[in-house]
Amino acid sequence: MIQNREAFLANVASRLSRTKVLTERPERNWNYRPQDKTLTDKTQDELVDILRDQCRLIHTELIETDSAALPNVLAEAVAAYGGGPLAIWQDPRYEAFGLREKLQSWPKQGIDVHEWNPSIGYDNISIVEKSNIGITFSDITLAESGTVVLFSGEGKGRTVSLLPNKYIALIPKSTIVPRMTQAAQQISKQVQEGKSIASCINFITGPSNSADIEMNLVVGVHGPVKAAYIVIDDK
Amino acid sequence: MAMKIGNEKFKDNVNKQMEDTFMRGAVAGAQERLRTRRLDAAEELGNWEEWRSHGEEIRQHTLDHLDYYLQELSENLQKRGGHVFFAATAEEANDYVKGIVKEKRAKKILKAKSMVTEEIGLNAVLEQEGCDVIETDLGEYILQLDDHDPPSHIVTPALHKNKEQIKDVFAEKLEYKQTSEPEELALHAREKLRQEFLQADIGITGCNFAIAESGSVGLVTNEGNAGMVSDLPDTQICVMGMERIVPTFEEFEVLVGLLTRSAVGQKLTSYITALTGPRTAGEVDGPSEFHLVIVDNGRSGILGTEFQSVLQCIRCAACINVCPVYRHIGGHSYNSIYPGPIGAVLTPLLGGYDDFKELPYASTLCAACTDACPVKIPLHQLLHRHRQVIVEKEGRAPISEKMAMKAFGIGASSNPLYAAGSKVASSVMKPFTKDETISKGPGPLKAWTEIRDFPAPNKERFRDWFKQHQKESGKA
Repeated sequence: MIQNREAFLANVASRLSRTKVLTERPERNWNYRPQDKTLTDKTQDELVDILRDQCRLIHTELIETDSAALPNVLAEAVAAYGGGPLAIWQDPRYEAFGLREKLQSWPKQGIDVHEWNPSIGYDNISIVEKSNIGITFSDITLAESGTVVLFSGEGKGRTVSLLPNKYIALIPKSTIVPRMTQAAQQISKQVQEGKSIASCINFITGPSNSADIEMNLVVGVHGPVKAAYIVIDDK
Repeated sequence: MAMKIGNEKFKDNVNKQMEDTFMRGAVAGAQERLRTRRLDAAEELGNWEEWRSHGEEIRQHTLDHLDYYLQELSENLQKRGGHVFFAATAEEANDYVKGIVKEKRAKKILKAKSMVTEEIGLNAVLEQEGCDVIETDLGEYILQLDDHDPPSHIVTPALHKNKEQIKDVFAEKLEYKQTSEPEELALHAREKLRQEFLQADIGITGCNFAIAESGSVGLVTNEGNAGMVSDLPDTQICVMGMERIVPTFEEFEVLVGLLTRSAVGQKLTSYITALTGPRTAGEVDGPSEFHLVIVDNGRSGILGTEFQSVLQCIRCAACINVCPVYRHIGGHSYNSIYPGPIGAVLTPLLGGYDDFKELPYASTLCAACTDACPVKIPLHQLLHRHRQVIVEKEGRAPISEKMAMKAFGIGASSNPLYAAGSKVASSVMKPFTKDETISKGPGPLKAWTEIRDFPAPNKERFRDWFKQHQKESGKA
């Protein structure tokens, strides 16, 4: 429902010296486009270097591995963060990256794993809230800022990356782009093609933090207190 | 709390604030840190001037076509199942939100930091309805606990408080028993607020930039509280100033990058979230109902005027962080939730000259604000323009200035009077002069010399000197 629009916009149009509301999409002819020349000449390996350097600034551990070693590397990272309970998405990529076996063996070792399950509704949130670590894949990864971009969806609960104490992002190397520019272009293209974009697109850059008390940086406020990225060479 | 935060006179506020030595130290330190971080971030990005120019052209284009983009935004959000309410006034916006609260029989309302909801005084309205309204940004939370102490900065609202004061507030209101270490204080707030998040009926956020092409609302935070507020409650209400919009995700990206670098020197903050309507079929978290309230509240009155460029503002506070006047008098002196140079331009436009005519004078016109602005708002020129309007159109110059100008006008428009006056100036001022300066001036000079010296009139008049000079150089 849209309320009060007509009078509101008529007033805006009249302030802009128009007799009626503009209905034709205005041309956007920019004189400047600095984003086209910012980090656009970097190779995928150079982007990993940039991501690695940036992670130092955002209090995020960066671990590099390949698909074969991933299960063990992830197990080590989970152990370093104090083990379970774990919360993960319902996402075919865990299996595609060879993690099925690990996910099945964890509960036998006393590490609970909750896979997001739309059929149980709000109970997902109660379980995720009590989880120690949330683990998701990154849909797009921004090298410059050290950001993982997550698209919400049926199996991809928003809170898996937000409510647990710690957060681990699995980053296929192929998802790494120079900066937010490329992510914005991808999303904008989806919109222009008439595709439906995710109801929540999250750009997450390291653990939550605040400098509201005497400008002292405190890492870990409402969201995760710690964050780690695992970059997977998926050539 | 509405935009105006008190009823004291500007001068009384300043005098009071100038005595707060902790605040003045904190402001100076914060300014230094934020300014340096911004400059470093700009240098690292490279081509900063080009980015600023791009930011400026995006904001100008959007404002020039604001009717189109607001129409597009509302259409697209409606297609995604969201509700859009256009509010011409603060009252309309508050009434709409109140209506939702009543319909939902909501008791607990969680908020993420939003300047526009402060501006329209939404919290007070909801509290009158018997709701528990909880601010979740750490700085805002501290201020709210401290009996609604007003914010003094638009990015770090509790800047004027030290950690001991914060500890005392926590001890009194939350039975906090630990130390004043920021980590412990923040952890305590995290634990307290986590429970609130899980019980909230309605979440209310502001909007950094809405994205017209998709009907999305973009939020920028570091703490993750906006995510909590938008993911957990079943109803979400987003309140935006009508100018806070961009055409597409491509412009969103540019402005977010300018905002985070200019505000805190980060390439991106920890959480940037683009929300598009309610949760979709099969999704579990996120609201089932999504409302967007688009607020005018005086903004359209600025459109199409010589002050239109102030609406380019992206609320980064870079101008505040470089302002020498803000540095000395602090945020509360401005008596508005929008302090500093941007506040001195915007507040009188939204709130009128009656209450805020002093603010354009709270500036040295040094232009540091204009240089810092990532979207190139000519702030010092707008401040100067305000002064012209106040004097010429409104006839509201300060009385001492009026008298001085009148006296000067009489003296300077008559040749004999001017000659006589300039001849005697030196000897008339002699009783007040020491070492070529006047430190305790009479009459209209008093306000000036209370805070700094005034140079004594030269013993020799320029005209006399010039005559003599020409004679000596043989040109007379």
